[in-house]
Amino acid sequence: MSQLINSILVFLVLTGFMLLSSSRLAACIRAIAIQGVLLGVLAIAMQDGRLSTVGVLLPLITAAVKGLVLPWLLFRAMREADAVREVEPLISYNLSIMTGAAALALSLWLGQRLQLPSHASPPLQVPAAFFTSLVGVIVIVSRRKALTQVLGYLALENGVYAFGAAAALRLPVLVELGILLDVFAGVFVMGIAIFHISREFDHIDTDKLAALTDRLR
Amino acid sequence: MGSLIPLIVAAALAPLMQALIIRTKSVMAGRIGPPLMQPYRDLLKLARKGAVYSHTTSWIFQLGPAIGLASVLLALTLIPFGGFAALSAFPGDFVLVVYLMALGRFFTVAAALDTGSSFEGMGASREVTFSAFAEPALFLAFAALARQTGQLSLSPLLAAISARTWAHAAPMLSLALGALLIVFMAENARIPVDDPTTHLELTMIHEVMVLDHSGPDLAMIEYGAALKLWLFAAIIIGVAFPWHCGHRWIDASAGLLGMLMLAIAAGLVESSMARLRLLRVPQLLLVAIVLSALALAF
Repeated sequence: MSQLINSILVFLVLTGFMLLSSSRLAACIRAIAIQGVLLGVLAIAMQDGRLSTVGVLLPLITAAVKGLVLPWLLFRAMREADAVREVEPLISYNLSIMTGAAALALSLWLGQRLQLPSHASPPLQVPAAFFTSLVGVIVIVSRRKALTQVLGYLALENGVYAFGAAAALRLPVLVELGILLDVFAGVFVMGIAIFHISREFDHIDTDKLAALTDRLR
Repeated sequence: MGSLIPLIVAAALAPLMQALIIRTKSVMAGRIGPPLMQPYRDLLKLARKGAVYSHTTSWIFQLGPAIGLASVLLALTLIPFGGFAALSAFPGDFVLVVYLMALGRFFTVAAALDTGSSFEGMGASREVTFSAFAEPALFLAFAALARQTGQLSLSPLLAAISARTWAHAAPMLSLALGALLIVFMAENARIPVDDPTTHLELTMIHEVMVLDHSGPDLAMIEYGAALKLWLFAAIIIGVAFPWHCGHRWIDASAGLLGMLMLAIAAGLVESSMARLRLLRVPQLLLVAIVLSALALAF
């Protein structure tokens, strides 16, 4: 079982790098979808055989929402905004990968420093969770397209979820459902916002939005 | 106890492996392809010819191919094959393997620069740039394998990897293997990085550096390239296909079968992928570094 958990965590880190290194939006959305499914499997694998109906159902719902519904919404937003790839991010892809490697080193160091009190979690779990969150932050600050920034936000949330699976096995059902609903509503609203931005301005480049002011120039 | 068998097998079969890759690509493209003995015939033909040296070149140009071939041969004495240990093995010998590769590359690059051709200078620059990315990946992958097996020498290291190692350290081994595969393609000028069949394009890397060599010198370069391909493939097969049943000849046959599969796999990759843009190659190699660093951290 720990073998499976370790593989999932390694894949989680690899999807993080996929998100950092890919210029195609479709590949980035797929990376986020894979992360969602991986997290669902991780949450089930973490329960170590002591399965309950809720304990299986909740991760399955999470995996379905994060792996199917959200990517579907994002693909739709991508089509409507007519955006295929992220052009010229603020940090080049090579530098993004290197920043990712630095973030991985930082999260490994943090994972060593931060001992979880409750139970023995796999050694890679806390670093993988931190790393996924950091990737989200890097993507949010370094990409120009609104859609990629939404993906960064989702990666951030995935990292938090992975950390939650490590720190506390059982969150109350209502809390988990509430978080899931928040994410879903968030992405839904962002998708609509992206659609409106692209319809008004013919692009979803957030840099240009900085020029919007009330003053006449 | 060292054995000469790995070196002899490599020296005899390395061009055949190249031929197998070419055959796979030909079949995939619907052609018959050259006969499997073609690389040997090419080498013989080149070895019988005379060499032409430009007036602008110096002794470095003539030294390059010899040192390139010698360094690969020397590195091959440290690589085990199947159940046979390498001719010599000592703690830290994988560092020597990497630096022998670097030595050969240095002299190939020096010979290319010696011609004074701007075309070859471009190839030399690219080769050095990409190997600067490939080398850390290779080192980290070796370090990860050494950490996993607790062995510092290639022969016991590859002998220590078995199906049981795979059973309890599969994620780490596959990460290191992924990194090794990317380095394999980059170092041997295979397709996602460089196209070994082009001779007339501005984007080529390795082939452009050897344009001015001819006759026996070119034969030495081609043979060295075949041996280098074999060397990396032998390491990859040692990790990916750890067959240790105890009988050395059966292990070696299993190793040969693995080499055949790797040659076919390389041919399939080459016929299904296009070469990456030059700007994207460092990105691929950075991914290899990240993979092996992750394997080491794991």
